[in-house]
Amino acid sequence: MSDLNKLTIAAARDALRKGDVTAAELTEACVSAVEGAGKLNAFVHQTPEIALEQARAADARIKAGDAPAMCGIPLGIKDLFCTRGVASQAASGILEGFRPEYESTITQQLWDAGAVMLGKLNMDEFAMGSSNETSVYGNAVNPWKRQGDDTDLTPGGSSGGSASAVAADLCLAATGTDTGGSIRQPAAFTGIVGIKPTYGRCSRWGVVAFASSLDQAGPMTKTVRDAAIMLGAMSGHDPKDSTSADLAVPDFEAMLTGDIRGKRIGIPQEYRMEGMLAEIEKLWADGAAMLRGAGAEIVDISLPHTKYALPAYYVIAPAEASSNLARYDGVRYGHRAKLGQGDGITEMYEKTRAEGFGHEVQRRVMIGTYVLSAGFYDAYYNRARKVRTLIKRDFEEAFAKGIDAILTPATPSAAFGLGEMADADPVAMYLNDVFTVTVNLAGLPGISVPAGLDAQGLPLGLQLIGKPWEEGDLLNVAHVIEGAAGFVHKPAKWW
Amino acid sequence: MSIDIDTARRVAKLARIKVEEGDLPALAGELSNILTFMEQLNEVDVEGVEPMTSVTPQRLKRREDVVTDGGMQDKILSNAPDAREGFFAVPKVVE
Repeated sequence: MSDLNKLTIAAARDALRKGDVTAAELTEACVSAVEGAGKLNAFVHQTPEIALEQARAADARIKAGDAPAMCGIPLGIKDLFCTRGVASQAASGILEGFRPEYESTITQQLWDAGAVMLGKLNMDEFAMGSSNETSVYGNAVNPWKRQGDDTDLTPGGSSGGSASAVAADLCLAATGTDTGGSIRQPAAFTGIVGIKPTYGRCSRWGVVAFASSLDQAGPMTKTVRDAAIMLGAMSGHDPKDSTSADLAVPDFEAMLTGDIRGKRIGIPQEYRMEGMLAEIEKLWADGAAMLRGAGAEIVDISLPHTKYALPAYYVIAPAEASSNLARYDGVRYGHRAKLGQGDGITEMYEKTRAEGFGHEVQRRVMIGTYVLSAGFYDAYYNRARKVRTLIKRDFEEAFAKGIDAILTPATPSAAFGLGEMADADPVAMYLNDVFTVTVNLAGLPGISVPAGLDAQGLPLGLQLIGKPWEEGDLLNVAHVIEGAAGFVHKPAKWW
Repeated sequence: MSIDIDTARRVAKLARIKVEEGDLPALAGELSNILTFMEQLNEVDVEGVEPMTSVTPQRLKRREDVVTDGGMQDKILSNAPDAREGFFAVPKVVE
């Protein structure tokens, strides 16, 4: 078999079980793909020795007939996940040199299932960004290019390295995290599948915290089936995360029946934003037609507070971040600034944080500090939390009226050029999350599926939003779109 | 709501991030822009609405109040920029 790195998880699993290929061969193919892809800057810490050792162990398990679906599957891991003995810095200078003494619950579950770690993936610093341009490692680059144009494009963010690595076939799949759209937007920008599960489905333990009430990890994969397989391995109750749900994890893959007859799919009118690109509007209409063609009923719905999701998010997320990031003080781990004569502990904190945090992180920590400070807590933070209640209620009312899933575009545009937003207002960058952020505020599952190309030949994604804990049904609807759209495009190799 | 230079200086102090005097005007401008964006929230009628505390309705689990982990001082100190005699070391705090 050639090009083993291009396999899906499902195809690799079947080939491994049949003995057509070994985990070691699969891993070697990925390791060499990673080594040849320096220009993408997707992998920022490579761990080929760990990978080959895990692959040999996986081969032994497969031979013994004890092989879960993820056994022998080479993965990339977002730098936000703590991995024992391997650099884990959330793409921040303040965690320079940090090597955790522990393993995140999700990665531990993946290794227990026999998966193989190729290394750590680039991202926006502390997952704060939509273009992977705030990383201490430099930009991750999208393997896709506009037709007849050599400009380097963003893979999206914050899980930009994960998206770039999966789209370029450097690994079979990757972990991502999503606080406001950080799995779904990069998946859409790179023509892959990304699912943010229901809040509480996957443990947050050992995942560097950004905004704890919004953060959720999920898989980024080449197909919906792969997302179903990998999500199953990542999910489950964890006593070490008090918000992780003690619910049984269904066999998501078995739920991909392709039968969505009679399902009611909502089209929220408020997502039809002023100035929406014609090709995004067409993609959305095409997606609705695909679902109708498969026997679903398309229903216009209203989510009246949609407009207020972004401002509410940009109060709540920085507020939680300012609290979570208080731990980076130069005492317990990571960077400590060199101190001058007479500097005390306050100067140590202030200099360490000024040197260690990048510009966007500093800005969000300070915004969060401001909205939580005396005199402004009610006006900003409490008001935003009330609006969040209303946003969640909008979805609850739609589901109560019999809506099974909601279809929207994943992003307002295709991938943009690296540096193109450099002079824009920070708020303009925040608008990337306009279709995805409501889902985090409401704690719902959301998935991005590649559904077409824009006029410049770049991938575009559709988003489906599901009911809490109904990832299986959501994946099944996404599976129908995937099949009907027949998206098989891959970026031409230039790296 | 616009943030002036004094407020920007105070916020930076509260956040324990050193910002040079010369950078304060730009910071104040950026923070003001973001706050202006947030002010759309004032259009929403939130009368009688409870602020969200937990996005998924759940009762936090309880467990026996017993020690479940510990005794790993060396691991806890292994990433410290400065650790001495089993402790984190910092500049002198009290005179």
